Order: sequence, then structure tokens, then C-alpha cells
Amino acid sequence: MSAAVLDQDVLLDVRDLQVHFDVRRGTVRALEGVNFTIRKSKTLGVIGESGSGKSVTARAIMQLLAKNGSIVSGEMLYNRQGDDSGDSEFIDIAQQPSDSQLMRDLRGGEIAMIFQEPMSSLTPVYTAGLHIGESIQLHLKPRQTVGDQMAKAIAKQNRIPREEARQIAIEMLDKVGIPRPEERVVSYPHELSGGQRQRVMIAIALSCGPKLLIADEPTTALDVTTQAQINDLMLDLQQEFGMAIMYITHDLGVIAEMAEDIAVMYLGRIVEQGATDSIFYNPQHPYTRALLRSIPRIGQTEGSRLEVIEGMVPDPFSIPTGCAFNNRCPDVMPGICDARMPELLTAGDGQRAACLLHDPDTMREVTSARVH
Amino acid sequence: MLSYIIRRIGYSLVMLVLVSFVGFVIIELPPGDFLTQLLTELEGRGDRSAEDRVTELRLRYGLDIPLLPRYVQWATNFVRGDFGESFALERPVREVIAQRFWLTCALAVASILMVWVIAIPIGVFSATHQYTIGDQIFTTISFIGLGVPGFLLALLLLFYVVQFTDVDILGLFSREYRDAPWSFAKFIDLLKHLWLPALIGSITGTAGLIRIMRGNLLDTLGQPFVESARARGLKSRTVTWKHAVRMAINPLIVILGSEALPGIIVGNALVATVLNLPTIGPEFVRALQRQDMYLAGTTLVFFTLILLVGNLLADLALAWLDPRIRLE
Repeated sequence: MSAAVLDQDVLLDVRDLQVHFDVRRGTVRALEGVNFTIRKSKTLGVIGESGSGKSVTARAIMQLLAKNGSIVSGEMLYNRQGDDSGDSEFIDIAQQPSDSQLMRDLRGGEIAMIFQEPMSSLTPVYTAGLHIGESIQLHLKPRQTVGDQMAKAIAKQNRIPREEARQIAIEMLDKVGIPRPEERVVSYPHELSGGQRQRVMIAIALSCGPKLLIADEPTTALDVTTQAQINDLMLDLQQEFGMAIMYITHDLGVIAEMAEDIAVMYLGRIVEQGATDSIFYNPQHPYTRALLRSIPRIGQTEGSRLEVIEGMVPDPFSIPTGCAFNNRCPDVMPGICDARMPELLTAGDGQRAACLLHDPDTMREVTSARVH
Repeated sequence: MLSYIIRRIGYSLVMLVLVSFVGFVIIELPPGDFLTQLLTELEGRGDRSAEDRVTELRLRYGLDIPLLPRYVQWATNFVRGDFGESFALERPVREVIAQRFWLTCALAVASILMVWVIAIPIGVFSATHQYTIGDQIFTTISFIGLGVPGFLLALLLLFYVVQFTDVDILGLFSREYRDAPWSFAKFIDLLKHLWLPALIGSITGTAGLIRIMRGNLLDTLGQPFVESARARGLKSRTVTWKHAVRMAINPLIVILGSEALPGIIVGNALVATVLNLPTIGPEFVRALQRQDMYLAGTTLVFFTLILLVGNLLADLALAWLDPRIRLE
């Protein structure tokens, strides 16, 4: 198995992931061969427009795709630490059935997720404390102590007792910066603000000490000041808990401050990935450059128009042949970009870009064609 | 919460007064009803005892005073438990209704239990197995159930049972218990007879509730909190029942109080007539036909009372189940 080759520093290695959805009109190829690596305790930012496949990638990792979606091919190798021994093994999440015991242990236990809509991500009829406690009782095992307590624990199906779960819930609420946590633990979702609900979601996610936190546009639905607070909180908690974060967003400004690495997605493919600095200061893919140009800047000439990317994201049933970006690309090479599929190749400051402009073979042909 | 309950009870009382007034006007309304006829007849006889009786009746029903005081008098008597007399049956309305009231309630409760016990699991199954063969079958059956009226089913069943079996299907008691005093054996006998009319009476309701449950649950299953519950690693059964069904069931409680309960009590008049059940429904219909207005009016007020109590209970249950409603 190729897993042995992997670095112990790697937490999750996604290779050639393809996800398809069956819909009435046919098959939507939501992911067409996605590759990326998440390193332990680091943050990978995933950026792209709506429909680029960011959220689908996250749900594939959780094995939470909608019923009509399926992982067609690819591997998602997750580095799982043994309980006590410290040994680790790589398991391929792509091979695990969604409802299997292993997947349920991973979900919430080792890979936690927070969502775009904090307003409706908590069940309205249950308190904050119940949500956190539910997760704790499901994933955390009572510490193996001697005597009575152990007998009790076994009697209770090896669960943490409810009162202890409540104590942990209060601690977690305190950690995510909710004032008066011992009162808030019995609050219902409608009694909390949007920011507080997202804090509760983070408390639930981190209560079981996950190795990976997937944040799917966690601040999109919040106002700007709350956004900054939630992002700061996530960075602080990353320091404390040491989990890796996969931060999905379409906000370039946020990603710059959150992530060490960035993957730029376009129509089910990663078009460029690398260290945050290289992507921002020396983007290699025309799509990344176009994205960066479309950010408004302070000091921009007054009255000048903001640059936009020409055209629309194509309909999933009429994706252009060759490079999927060729119909909107300012640097398109007609006859080449619509005929060939670019691969991720090293370019610029050590990042990788999927663009034929960086493919030496293609460029050699182009230059020789010009000469003749 | 307490002030909410008090407020709701207050509204119900106001509603009850309004409806009772309407009920009273209905009693007064028809010309040529039993009381008028009786009075004409007595006056025609002209003898001493007849005159006494006329005076007594005029006094009792306050025929010489205007409408509003007469209503107050009637309402006061109503509250005291004196509902007037059924002239057709020549018995106090109170007796006629009391006899049938508890059986009607027993039948209604049995029907509702049956509706919920059958409809909710099927609705949940249909929603969680959307577009599978099982879902299609249940959906088809529930559409048929919605389309076929209950009394027709009762007739068909009656025909089948009488023709092919020797089960005693008519009524709520076997012959030997019909006039016997209450005993445990009579109660068991009642249970033996109750399930069939309950089943027939609940078919339309069940079919409707399956549709509603399926639709609600499908909506709920698409909510973000369901996905986040799955993302916490809960079993899909726990996600469905503890989170999704728990939320999807709330609107059904409103339906239970405002439609199901009164619907089953009133709507079953036809089924009860066909199956010859000793419930209020058929008696109400007969009272209207005979213009036995005190019986009809009282029954009407009782129906309203049941509706209001049902609504109140449903609202309280909902407030208890859904913290968002407890907001002051």
C-alpha cells in the first residue's frame, strides 16, 4: 500500500478524488480529480466560487454526501493515531461505508465540522448543553479508573456520566468565549445570537478533541465584527488543541490571515495550490490572478471600476473541453487550451498550478509553431 | 409559561360564550319546532292542567322575556347542568348526552391513537425511503385512503362481515351487555367492539397524516441541523428520530387538536349511523331532523367545547415541546 510512503506529518492526503451526483438531467461531475494534503496542526484554506466543489470536498471527507452523490474514485488517506500506543495507520476514508462504525467514530470524534448556517445548525428544541453532551457521551470514553467508578462506567455502557458531560460542556462554552457558561448551557438556540451559536458549534466540534476541523464558510452568515472574533477564536483554539483546520471560504481576505496553505478550486478541480504567501504575491494560474484582481483595495483610483472575471461559471452540463477555465481566461491559447487538460505542475515560488502556460511541452510546441 | 396558559384559557372562554350564543340563537331560530308545537297543542286543549303546563313551560324557557335575558337564563341553566329537555325523547337533554358522551370520547381517543400509531411510522418510513418501492406503495395507499369516504368503507366492511363471517359488528356492545350495568366484562366487550369503528373512522385521518408527516419530515431532513447532527457521528436512526422527527412532529400536534379530534367526533356521524353506534353524532343528526332544538343546540355547544379543549391541549403540548413557543 502506498500509505507507507506518506510522511507522518501528513494528517489527510486526498488523491484524485472524483465525486459524481446523479440528477435528472444526467451526471454532475462535482469533483474531477482533486488532490491535496492537510498537514497536522496546520490550516489549509480552500477557496473558490460557488459550485467549485469546496463543500462537496468537505462532505466527501466526512462521508456525508447527499444520497445521489457517490465517490467514484480516488483515495482519502487519513492518518489515524492508535489510542495509547502512538502507532498510526493510514485508513482510506473513500473505502468506508457512510454508516459504518468506523466512519461514525471519525465523524465528530476525530474529524469535526462547523457549518455555514449557525442560525439553523442546532436542533431548535435542544439546549446548547445537550448538543455538546450528546457528542461527548458519544465519542469520549470515561477515564479508566479503579474501583467503583469503573464498575459504574461499564454498567453505563462505557459512557461518560451525564453530570460529567455537563461539566465538560460548561468548560467548552467557557473556552469558546461564551459569558456565564453555567447559565448558557441550558439556553436554547433561539436564545443565542448568530455569533454565539457558531461558538456553540465550535464548542461541540472541539469537545471531543478532533485532529481535523473542517470549517465550511463558518463566518459567511455573520456580520463583519463577529466574523473577525470567530476567526480569532479558531486560531486561538488551534494553538491550544493543536488540530488541523480545513478552512473553506470564498473570502480571500479571511483566508490570508487564517491559512498556511491555500488550494484554489475551479469547477471540481484544484487549479493552484501552495503556501499562502506564494499564492498571494506570485499567483501562477490566470484564474487565481483574476480572483486576486477582483478584490477591492483601499487606495484604488477613485471612480475606477472593480475588475471582474469575464463570463459566468459554466453550467455543470456544458463544461468546456480541455482546461475548464478556457472560456473565461484572459491568457487563453486557442486551439490548445480547449484541447488539452492541464495537470498540476510546479510553478512560481514552489506552488503548483494546473495551467498549460506552465507546461514546458505545450509551450515548446507553441513557440515552434510560431517560428514556422 | 403560566401567563401563557391563563391567556389561552381566557381566549377559550370568550370563544365559548360567543359560540354558545350562536347555539342559543339556533335553538330559537326554527319556526314550528317542538316547543311551539307543544304549546299550541296545549293551548288548544284549554283545560286547567294544560294551562298550568303552558305556564310552567313559559316560565322554564322564559318565553315572555326578551332574547338577551332569555339567553342569560339559558346559559345559567347550562352552567348548572340543566340543558333543557329533549321533547322528542321526552327526557332531559343531560341524560341523553351523558349516556353517549363517554362512548363518543372513547371512540375518538381510540381513533386518534390508531391514526398516530399507524401514520407516524409509515410517514417516517416514506420520508426516509423517498421514491423507493415501499414509499410508492404507501403513497398510493394513502391517496386511496384520502379519496374513499369513511361511511363507504363502513358499508363495504359491514357487507363483508355480515355476508362472510358471524362477527357481531353492529354497535359497541354485544347483545347481552347492551343494557347491562358497567362491569369489567362489559368494558372488555367494549374494547372488542371498539377497534373496528375506530379503524374505519381513522382511515381518512391516517391517510392524511401520512402525507403530512412525510412532507414535514422531508423538509426537516433537508435542514442544516440534521446534517450537523450527522456530522457529530450520531447513528442515522438517532438523527432521524431524536432530531428530525422530533422537529417534524410539532405541526402535527396542532393538527391533532384543531382538526383530528373534532373531525373524528363530528365527522364520524355518518360512520356511526352506518354501524349503528351509540355515539353523539347520529343523535345530533336525528335531533336536527326532528327540530329537537334543545338537544341539537346543547350538542353543538358540546362539540365546540371539545374543539376548544382540543385546541387548548394542543397549544399547551406544543409550548411544552417547542421552547421557541414558550417565549413570553
